[in-house]
Amino acid sequence: MPDATLDRETVPPHWSHRHLLDLERLTPAEIRLLLDTAAMFKEATGNCRRKLALLTGSTVVNLFFENSTRTRVSFSLAARRLGADVIDFTAASSSLSKGESFIDTAKNLEAMGIDAVVVRHATPGTPHLLANHLAVGVINAGDGPHEHPTQGLLDIFSIREKLGDLTGLTVGLVGDIAHSRTARSNIWGLLKLGAKVILCGPPTLVSDRWREFGIEVSHDLDAIVPRCDVLNLLRIQFERQNTRPFPSVREYAHLYAMTGERLRRARRDLVILAPGPINRGVEVTAEVADCPQSLILDQVTNGLAVRMAVLWLTCGPREHGGPPEKSPRETIV
Amino acid sequence: MNTLLIRGGRVVDPAQGIDRIDDVFVRDGLVVAVGHGDGQPLGRPDETIDATGLIVTPGLIDMHVHLREPGREEDETIETGTRAALAGGFTSVVCIPNTEPPLDTQAAVEFIHQKAARADTCNVFVVACVSRGREGQELAEIGRLVEAGAVAFSDDGSPVADAELMRRALEYCRMFDKPLLAHEEVLELSRGGVMHEGLVSLVLGLPGMPAAAEDVMIGRDIALAAATGGRLHVMHVSTAGGVALVREAKQRGVRVTAEACPHHFTLTDESLRGFDANYKMSPPLRTAADVEAIIAGIVDGTIDCIATDHAPHAREKKMLELDRAPFGILGLETAVGLVVTRLVAPGRIDWLRAVAALSTLPSHILGLNRGTLRPGAVADITIIDPNLSWRVDVRRFQSKSVNTPFDGWTLQGRAVATIVGGRVKYRLTEAGR
Repeated sequence: MPDATLDRETVPPHWSHRHLLDLERLTPAEIRLLLDTAAMFKEATGNCRRKLALLTGSTVVNLFFENSTRTRVSFSLAARRLGADVIDFTAASSSLSKGESFIDTAKNLEAMGIDAVVVRHATPGTPHLLANHLAVGVINAGDGPHEHPTQGLLDIFSIREKLGDLTGLTVGLVGDIAHSRTARSNIWGLLKLGAKVILCGPPTLVSDRWREFGIEVSHDLDAIVPRCDVLNLLRIQFERQNTRPFPSVREYAHLYAMTGERLRRARRDLVILAPGPINRGVEVTAEVADCPQSLILDQVTNGLAVRMAVLWLTCGPREHGGPPEKSPRETIV
Repeated sequence: MNTLLIRGGRVVDPAQGIDRIDDVFVRDGLVVAVGHGDGQPLGRPDETIDATGLIVTPGLIDMHVHLREPGREEDETIETGTRAALAGGFTSVVCIPNTEPPLDTQAAVEFIHQKAARADTCNVFVVACVSRGREGQELAEIGRLVEAGAVAFSDDGSPVADAELMRRALEYCRMFDKPLLAHEEVLELSRGGVMHEGLVSLVLGLPGMPAAAEDVMIGRDIALAAATGGRLHVMHVSTAGGVALVREAKQRGVRVTAEACPHHFTLTDESLRGFDANYKMSPPLRTAADVEAIIAGIVDGTIDCIATDHAPHAREKKMLELDRAPFGILGLETAVGLVVTRLVAPGRIDWLRAVAALSTLPSHILGLNRGTLRPGAVADITIIDPNLSWRVDVRRFQSKSVNTPFDGWTLQGRAVATIVGGRVKYRLTEAGR
């Protein structure tokens, strides 16, 4: 266990939420509990390769209103590693194409006796609305550009595994901060665990307003690379942009792609993360993506561990640190 | 002969500079006098209302109401909307023409008048479209619409995006002395937005509608009003920048007036943190600094009127995802409570200013010939209990819709009687409290 700051004061006796909707409203102790639980699962399952029969008899629904391959597969696998049944539900195959509202769809699924909903949606706050209307646990698997808590957790998990305690580490998030849910979940998680956060990208994608949270905002990647312990390279979300925030991909890559040349000016032990899917040649060159400092593939394994932890804490029985009594319309988180 | 005596209330009539305890006499639907006389001018009145401890004002006028009929009767109808108006203390509503089809013909205006007469509730005045079909391409037949009774022109819901069309409209309306009611928004800047662009939208990842989208358009329209001599009325000002622009334009003598909505002087973008679509409206809820600027604008008269932008939407529409849910908030039944609670009770404005904003000035801007208790005026009268503390409960609303974030709020001040043309059309009963 790299993190040695756990004690009775900072760790809650048990997880007290039915949902995982965002990291912004979690306490540092709750984030540490999630990370520690994930570490425990990773070890107990031999890098997430073996099964544990902890959620046998439970049913988890992947309710995906937006395309996803990796996150959906990761959640499915995490649920199955814990012995739960998994149902995949995508908007294209659902009644939504017939005009049913997403709340009605979710309520119908709930009536079939499920235990948790893993929801992805293009609109921020949709998991929060579902949590208000459903009695079962809701896990946010990405709500538009708002948050992607399990991605934030797995990024932080990966950093912690490699570098230990995050206190005092400098983490640079580079790229399309404006449209990135991964950025937001990382920001809150990192700040709560004591890291220094630098956001880097053009002003059209990185708002100066972030400074109000004590975050450094930079538009010059070359200036920040030598100062960072970790760089997280975020994808340009072309599909979410109304108008193009920069003149050309070529110009963007020239200014903000993490190249081998830039890597040589970084600290030797710099850790590189990329939440993927990566646009090679835009945010990061192949040389960097495949370099020894890159944790891109570790992130995938750690994603499984983190999602097992989240499913266990939100769906598991109470005496094992599971959620409180189910009641509809409980205050969010 | 039908006579009514409203006895012993605090009569507030800014048009006459009256703010005193007095009686109001009504005969055959007209005000006879404000004054003591133990009922003498009337002889023995047919009906007497004891207004001791209450405020008696010229009937309130909401100059920005979406009644949704024709076309969206699942949200509101002329009957339900005007009942909501009466319950809120409004004797007149001014309906906005973004219906389906939009109100851009004499027949459409006539339809509203007939439906309103059939409902027999409060007065309904009609704003007609600036542009044919509300499409922003060519002028609607403004002259014929004036003949049909349209009191002003607006494409509200949308801005008049084409500056040349706006210029022509301001010029053309001059000959009828009708104002243009402008929804101020540069769509290129706000497209896709669901809330104010600021720190909260940044955190929530929700697409924003920057204050500049409103300010730029207000600036454009003020310049066009100055250039043409036309009458511009800025609807639902929500930004500090907008207030400053209007203030400066008035100082220069530009013919511009403005209104603000109760939600814009009460709520901020922080409200969106729960992702509740009841807080989604256009213009959006802005920051605490904007709220303060709106209140200052009302205090110093930069903002002439308070109007609700009553915008009903059926419950299921507001249950959608934030980006799919429509913009809009109910206003009629909470306006008086919010004005008293937010502005009068804390001493920001006095009752003369409040009544001017809710009655005198809307009447003046639109030429309605109401908004006063002068002898001979139509006896539209609102009686308000300024101290009544009440809990907003949408289940008791007259409106067909329930899209208000104020459900459950405790407000001070409420209309207890609404009198239209000398007839008591609404009284708050004990059971209704």
